[in-house]
Amino acid sequence: MKTLVLGVGNLLLQDEGAGVRALEKFENKYRLPDGVELLDGGTSGLELLHQLDGRDRLVIVDVVRRGEPPGSVVRMAGEEVPAQFRQKISPHQLGIADLLATARLIGSLPEKLVLFGIEPKNLDTGLSMSDEVVKGLDQLVEMLARELDAQPI
Amino acid sequence: MATRITIDPVTRIEGHLRIDCEINQGKVTKAWSSGQMWRGIELILKDRDPREAWIYTQRICGVCTTVHAIASVRSVENALNLEVPLNAQYIRNMMIAAHAIQDHIVHFYHLSALDWVDVVSALKADPKKTAALAQSLSDWPLNSVQLFAETRDKLQNFTGSGQLGIFANGYWGHPAMILSPEMNLLATTHYLQALEIQRKANMIVSILGGKTPHIQNLAVGGVANPINTDSPSTLTMERLYYLKTLIDDLGRFVNEVYFQDVCAIGAAYKGWTAYGAGVTNYLSVPDFPMDVKSSVFDHPGGYIPGGNLKMFRPINNFQDDFIKKGVQESIKHSWYAGDWDRHPWEEETEPQYTDFQDNGKYSWVKAPTLHGQPAQVGPLANVLCMYAAGDAATRKYADKALATISSLAKEPVPMSALQSTIGRHAARAVRAAVLYETLQKQWQALMDNIARGDLRTCNQPVFPRGEIRGVGIHEAPRGMLSHWIVIKDGKIKNYQAVVPSTWNSGPRNGQDSPGPYEASLVGTPIADPEKPLEVLRTVHSFDPCLACAIHLVDKEHKEVVRIKAA
Repeated sequence: MKTLVLGVGNLLLQDEGAGVRALEKFENKYRLPDGVELLDGGTSGLELLHQLDGRDRLVIVDVVRRGEPPGSVVRMAGEEVPAQFRQKISPHQLGIADLLATARLIGSLPEKLVLFGIEPKNLDTGLSMSDEVVKGLDQLVEMLARELDAQPI
Repeated sequence: MATRITIDPVTRIEGHLRIDCEINQGKVTKAWSSGQMWRGIELILKDRDPREAWIYTQRICGVCTTVHAIASVRSVENALNLEVPLNAQYIRNMMIAAHAIQDHIVHFYHLSALDWVDVVSALKADPKKTAALAQSLSDWPLNSVQLFAETRDKLQNFTGSGQLGIFANGYWGHPAMILSPEMNLLATTHYLQALEIQRKANMIVSILGGKTPHIQNLAVGGVANPINTDSPSTLTMERLYYLKTLIDDLGRFVNEVYFQDVCAIGAAYKGWTAYGAGVTNYLSVPDFPMDVKSSVFDHPGGYIPGGNLKMFRPINNFQDDFIKKGVQESIKHSWYAGDWDRHPWEEETEPQYTDFQDNGKYSWVKAPTLHGQPAQVGPLANVLCMYAAGDAATRKYADKALATISSLAKEPVPMSALQSTIGRHAARAVRAAVLYETLQKQWQALMDNIARGDLRTCNQPVFPRGEIRGVGIHEAPRGMLSHWIVIKDGKIKNYQAVVPSTWNSGPRNGQDSPGPYEASLVGTPIADPEKPLEVLRTVHSFDPCLACAIHLVDKEHKEVVRIKAA
């Protein structure tokens, strides 16, 4: 299954960059299974459209604000994913919502959609993440590995 | 009785912008532009190595990553008086031009066309008539009856499924939408084709930059692309020729589709040449350096006060004190402690949030001025300045656009009509056509230089003890971008980015003069205060990108869009 794992977020806003940081952690701990590609998408939206071409599965990793304790991890799948991005859950939600809607319109939206979200604590300017999110990311990375059927290095 | 409307946030832009308008007798009489996020890049860069600043600055925004990387390395090179090898200039220039063309195409079709094009009306179009209309405008091979019919069916399925997706927030059927169903279908079809073509522009940037988003090939002093015509892991002849095919595909779309669509839609909406001029001081900076000292440029820059092209004052290089010493930012109406007008090198940023105060502080954006005056930046400023400077390509395409619009509108449309809401779209299309020629020119210059045996791509920077200052200037897709750096003993002491949207979306300045968005909205007719499409048309015409103007996430759960009429 051709899979794109897309980490999104702004590295300059502390916990906001958790989606990108998750991919870095994953890459250091697990062997990348065949057909799986990781992409640091930053805060881009439509610019990522061509990256979806020919994929069977899209796994997005992002911060998701649901009012849970910081560091809590959630997995969503299928139609829940675009629905989540249409609500205001992430500061770059408009970009990703547009990306998914446009991909659907032109027929390049991967059949399988998965979102791993982590609850942020600090979104102020800065490079380091909160302890809670750093801890939560370990759990997220394990869940991601199970999703992708990845073996530890 | 005045009606007050608040649009918060303005959608189909990057970042978070709030616009308030006071409406009297169907027209906007007063406007406020408020950036709702706060950026603090200087806090992150303090005490860091200037050679790595660009890696951080390109994370400010998800759309303009490349431009912040470019301006950052230029600021350090400017402080050090460091020369940049020719190959590096040409490679950077190609990335800049390709990125800008991509930005202009995406801005027109995907971020603003839906203010003018009624997608729902396109369902009523006759594909045959649409093809006849399209073929009267250009020779684009994808203007066939079959393709227009396919698009209509696709739209029918999409809207029939109840999932409007990207089209969900449109003002379909609004009285200010006046295009024929056929023109709407034509534009919607090209909307989809534009998605395809913008990838090619992205490919150019990623082949040269190693990755998009976030290019990886820059270095203070040049680029990190090794050029070796034989080795497959470097920039080879094969790759350079592949770039050429991408450049030509892009150029064909710009000339035969984008340029023509803007002229046709502009002619239909010629009434909008009367609105949205706003601040008519235009500032544009020279770009596309063609020598190692960054003193000779392919694109001229300058300043036009009061919309009068005869008063054009050229800006010849990055060392020009007119620009280097003339820029100030005011925080009188911004959420920072105090009330001052300061040069970016002298600024400090201490946030102080008050509520939204109509006559006091109401934005996270500062108000920049040039020699005390607000200025409009962006493709319109760029085209007017390059036209006034006598740039041949700009004259050719601007004259062509005006002739085409005049012929379609069946009345003369003069150069002055560009200074308007719809004129900003026309200027952007003119600039895209100019940039295609620039892209070809830079590609040829790179090939010729390699053929001369010059394979150098980087000069090593050396940092002196003591304090040095520099400015990195770039004519970005949204206008003049400047990064201001103070380096002490090899480390960053201060860093400020004065971004294009700061110039355009800034609040009232130290003299209480409104910024370009604010001034441009005054006089705009509003058919229905509950559906302020006309406000969005003018604001979107600037291509707002607020993520880098400011950046802090809104902490509360809010609806995606709130329009409050009170």
